[in-house]
Amino acid sequence: MNKEDNQGQLWEVFLQTKPGMAFKHVGSVHAFDKELAVQNARDLYTRRGEGTGLWVVSSEEIVAVTINEAEYFFEPIDKKIYRHPTFYNLPEGVKNM
Amino acid sequence: MLTKELSEDQLLAEFDLKIASDIKIEPRDWMPEEYRNQLIRQISQHAHSEIIGMQPEGNWLNRAPSLRSKKILMAKIQDEAGHGLYLYSAAETLGISREQMIAALHAGKAKYASVFNYPSLNWADMGAIGWLVDGAAITNQVSLQRTSYGPYARAMVRICKEESFHQRQGYEIMWRMMQGTEDQKRMAQDALNRWWYPALMMFGPHDADSAHSSKSMKWKIKRESNDHLRAKFVNKSIPQAELLGLKVPDVKLIDEASGIYEHTAINWEEFWTVVNGNGPCNKQRIEHHIKAHEDGEWVRKTAIAADLKHHTN
Repeated sequence: MNKEDNQGQLWEVFLQTKPGMAFKHVGSVHAFDKELAVQNARDLYTRRGEGTGLWVVSSEEIVAVTINEAEYFFEPIDKKIYRHPTFYNLPEGVKNM
Repeated sequence: MLTKELSEDQLLAEFDLKIASDIKIEPRDWMPEEYRNQLIRQISQHAHSEIIGMQPEGNWLNRAPSLRSKKILMAKIQDEAGHGLYLYSAAETLGISREQMIAALHAGKAKYASVFNYPSLNWADMGAIGWLVDGAAITNQVSLQRTSYGPYARAMVRICKEESFHQRQGYEIMWRMMQGTEDQKRMAQDALNRWWYPALMMFGPHDADSAHSSKSMKWKIKRESNDHLRAKFVNKSIPQAELLGLKVPDVKLIDEASGIYEHTAINWEEFWTVVNGNGPCNKQRIEHHIKAHEDGEWVRKTAIAADLKHHTN
């Protein structure tokens, strides 16, 4: 916990808006433990019934690619355009593909 | 992992390029210190405004005229708390803690919207606040959805979605009063008269006199100027007032063909008096916030103690 803060640790909040949908990051909350974190997240992010599912993850546990790394990290994929369906030349008239 | 080492000039050039191409700046990105400080100032001020803004409305919670209006007002105040929390979180991504922000508010170093230093005298004020104060805030916040800092922009999107109920509930209160007795109609007009100028002042000083505006516009923290947003608000509000049978004070039609209005001179002396701490309720608002914060001290202490115990077990 940040020594200058007495508001509990930070948690990232993920919401599922409909059954079957992906969970999406919506923001963060402060809480002292995981039970309070889900309750705070409910009060803060689902006041209008926005959620059918909710995750909280301690912010410290998030591993992120930094902006300086991003270019080197993602760039190799740009050369693999054959991974996209539009890369392929197909004969005129082919159906259901 | 491979990283590139860039000089300050190169980093600044990359930052400027992102701003120019409308790519959002994210918490882990390099940013000029002045950009960071400007954001901390603006976002924390915005967060404090949401939190302090609960007080004038809280004043009428236990005197709301019906159970319906009480439930609505409660929900609105709860939203304001939520909006404050979204914004504190956005500011925290810049490296300031919530505790530091609250300390700055209590010390008078951080400001909040001067409009919340005016008293809410009667129930019509709940209507005028929702309609005009939230209306002015929405005008500003819709524009801020395009701000250059990612977490701030995302908080604004959430807030704007929720704010439109606030404005509509205020307008409904005014409408109901205008269908009431002569006294109720007079109260509605009086509330409009009292809240009009404080609402106009929410957009801040004129562009020419605004200390932070040019940098803010250059870095796209602000997307539209104070005067531009204020004019938008004036021209939205006048037809809304007319529909209710209310009259907005001191506005003049400057373009008859397109029906464009202009407000008359704002009393900037009053604005600066209130901003600098000498408005009708400044003292009361801060004292109340400090008291609430101190009254909650035992909860934070207990939670920290429980958390430590949990980790040492």
